[in-house]
Amino acid sequence: MKYLHLIWAALFRRKLRTFLTLVSIITAFLLFGLLDAVRVGFDQAGQSANGAQRLQTGAKLSFIQLLPMSLGARISQIDGVKDVTFANWFGGAYQKPENQVFSFAVAPNYLDIYPEMEVSAEHRKAFADTKDGALIGEGLARKFGWKVGDQVPMQSTIFPDRNGSQNWPFKIVGIIHVADKKTGGWWDQSFLLNWKYFDDTTPWNQGQVGWYVTRVKDVNQADRVLKAIDEISANSDHETRTLTEQAAMSSWMKQVADINLIVTSIMGAVFFTLLLLAGNTMMQAVRERTGEIAVLKTLGFSGGSVLAMVLAESMLLLLIGGAIGLALASVIGPAVSAGSGGALNLPAAGATSWAIGIGLALLFGLAVGALPALRAMRVNITDALAGRA
Amino acid sequence: MKFLKNLGLVLLTLIVLAAWVVLPWQGAVAAVVVFVAWMFLFRSGMQARSVASVGLSTLTQRIGSSAVIVVGIAGVVGVLVALLAMAEGYAQTLRNSGSLDTAIVMRGASANEVSSSLSREDVVQIEQAPGIARDAEGKPIVSAELVAAANLPVKGSKTRDEGSAQVRGVGDAAFTVRPNVKIIEGRRFQPGLREIIVGKGVVRQFEGMTVGATLKLGNQPWTVVGVFASGDAMESELWADANVLGDTYRRGSGRNSATVKLENPAAIQAFSESLEANPQLKVKVSTTLAFFAKQSERMTQALRVIGITVGAIMAVGAVFGALNTMFAAVAARAREIATLRAIGFRGLPVVVAVMLETTLLALAGGLIGGFIAWLLFNGFEASTLSAGSVGKLSFNLTVSPGLLWEGVKWALAIGFVGGLFPAARAASLPVTTALREA
Repeated sequence: MKYLHLIWAALFRRKLRTFLTLVSIITAFLLFGLLDAVRVGFDQAGQSANGAQRLQTGAKLSFIQLLPMSLGARISQIDGVKDVTFANWFGGAYQKPENQVFSFAVAPNYLDIYPEMEVSAEHRKAFADTKDGALIGEGLARKFGWKVGDQVPMQSTIFPDRNGSQNWPFKIVGIIHVADKKTGGWWDQSFLLNWKYFDDTTPWNQGQVGWYVTRVKDVNQADRVLKAIDEISANSDHETRTLTEQAAMSSWMKQVADINLIVTSIMGAVFFTLLLLAGNTMMQAVRERTGEIAVLKTLGFSGGSVLAMVLAESMLLLLIGGAIGLALASVIGPAVSAGSGGALNLPAAGATSWAIGIGLALLFGLAVGALPALRAMRVNITDALAGRA
Repeated sequence: MKFLKNLGLVLLTLIVLAAWVVLPWQGAVAAVVVFVAWMFLFRSGMQARSVASVGLSTLTQRIGSSAVIVVGIAGVVGVLVALLAMAEGYAQTLRNSGSLDTAIVMRGASANEVSSSLSREDVVQIEQAPGIARDAEGKPIVSAELVAAANLPVKGSKTRDEGSAQVRGVGDAAFTVRPNVKIIEGRRFQPGLREIIVGKGVVRQFEGMTVGATLKLGNQPWTVVGVFASGDAMESELWADANVLGDTYRRGSGRNSATVKLENPAAIQAFSESLEANPQLKVKVSTTLAFFAKQSERMTQALRVIGITVGAIMAVGAVFGALNTMFAAVAARAREIATLRAIGFRGLPVVVAVMLETTLLALAGGLIGGFIAWLLFNGFEASTLSAGSVGKLSFNLTVSPGLLWEGVKWALAIGFVGGLFPAARAASLPVTTALREA
């Protein structure tokens, strides 16, 4: 530690070179921070304490197939079930069919089972009392500039009303606030309508249900309950498949993309070039200092401490660059998310990303410094001072 | 003064980069020809050539730091090209799915086939519209199809995950409107039986899709009797007899969409006008080319934005790596450059020589990066949930010549920025100090 000023002085001996190298390191770790945040976001989808209690039941045949209304009552009788709710996909779009909105027709108790969606008592009452009322996520409200009291024309890309028209007017009666954007980002963009109104208006649904969500009393019982739910309809013409919310989410995410593979490949390429670049800088730094190192040795510094000092220098270089890069990622990610109006969700680099990033910086520091440090340790005083090395 | 000069250089960089972005390859070739002509025909060009050749011949002494430029740029170009190849492959798969002489009819306000629905009567009306091609028996070629999703076990999943695949209920006409669908193994399904044929992409992605195997849709057993290839989005689907499939999905005689063969591409006008004017129908018509192009639009755009963003961040890192190397190279050659200046060489040849060296290194990096991306990722199999369907769409990454050119363009831009500032320093080195110090 007492040599810190010495290491620091060596590091900034050539300011321009150190600065240029630092910028390269910063960009590498900025990219790492951003991509790792995306990866963690994919991994953690559905992994919340509330989510662990929830089971999703859909038709085994496919996710677009509907289930009978009577199933709900039978699920709620299973031992260990706290409550059951249901919803239907509404397929809403605003202004044109491509402008899809996450819209669901939900049962009256839907919000009880999703405490992550915070809705004031007043807005909840308005939703229950207004037949054609809708609750919308804050993000969605911002995106389209909607506010409570607005009358909005939605288009269902699937369901016509009894006259065959697919235009559904709704009245916005409340806003959904989502505190934890990390695990519940999409609720921020969602649009909820009353299931009863949906079922009464379209001739197509006729009391059927898109999927059931069951909350269990004890998370440890989830597996047993899940099997019991599927047993109800076994061998019928509407067999079900029940998954924990986490399993359901990860299955969807896996179908979207193998994000792990993509992130790992990109970062592999980035860090490989970084190693070469930083290694070259350290090599130059040690080479041009051969004389100084010889002087240090003459003064009594051992080969080991010279080695340690060069290693410390390269680790410090990587650490400074890594920390700045990760900090930038923590700032830029959320800024981009906010700027994109919910189209992109780049969470700030979390504790795990930081830990991995700093760990990598130290590791690369060692790897990059190893050769130059060995060279510095082996400097022969007489040769170096005579200018022969 | 120094500040103004630097500002000028930055402005110059921006202008050149902007021009470079819009420059087509013909322009780049012309620029190279002009440059080579200058090097051989003019005195200053010949000076530049001799300075550059000294730099290049001593390159081996600086192999480590020069490799930083090459590898750094190869990394950028490799990642960029691979990511763009994903967008390209995705777009191409969907583009191949459509053509100008087939049209798809869906109910109005439907974003995709699954959310559309057509009744038996609708289909009859569609068949009577003008502009539809007719088969040998004089019947209009209309393929009314059922589109649904099926949960199937994903190949190689340790957690026994199920994925979604799009299932299409069809009749004979489906093969007539899509002549590129070819059975590559087994045979077609027989009408009236629970037999199913699967696309090549489905075989790749889901477990147990072999001819003769039994597959469960809900609780019903179906027999796989054939595998088909089409080179487009259809390959990610399973096809079966529409009437039998309608029973499984409790759809009755309703269909989702109708694909028709037009007499010729121009017939789309009359066909769509007639249907859209029909008061008994509420449908929208588009050519299948337009339909699939629209579906790929957003996803392709998103993939390109991701690729370019990642590439741009990496490029910044590579630029600084190149700057570092070239500043060091100029510093190492300070005495030599000063000597040249002292015996009458002008600044310009020195600038050009340094930039030429960086550009050649960058070009090597770009070519290596592009080649590696092509080697590893051309034809690489990928899949995603696509916007317009209810199943996984499998596609192959495509490293096209256009993408490789784009990669080389990036490489040269990085080399230009990374070489310009060191070159300017080399040219403005005060001769006397340089000779004394070095």
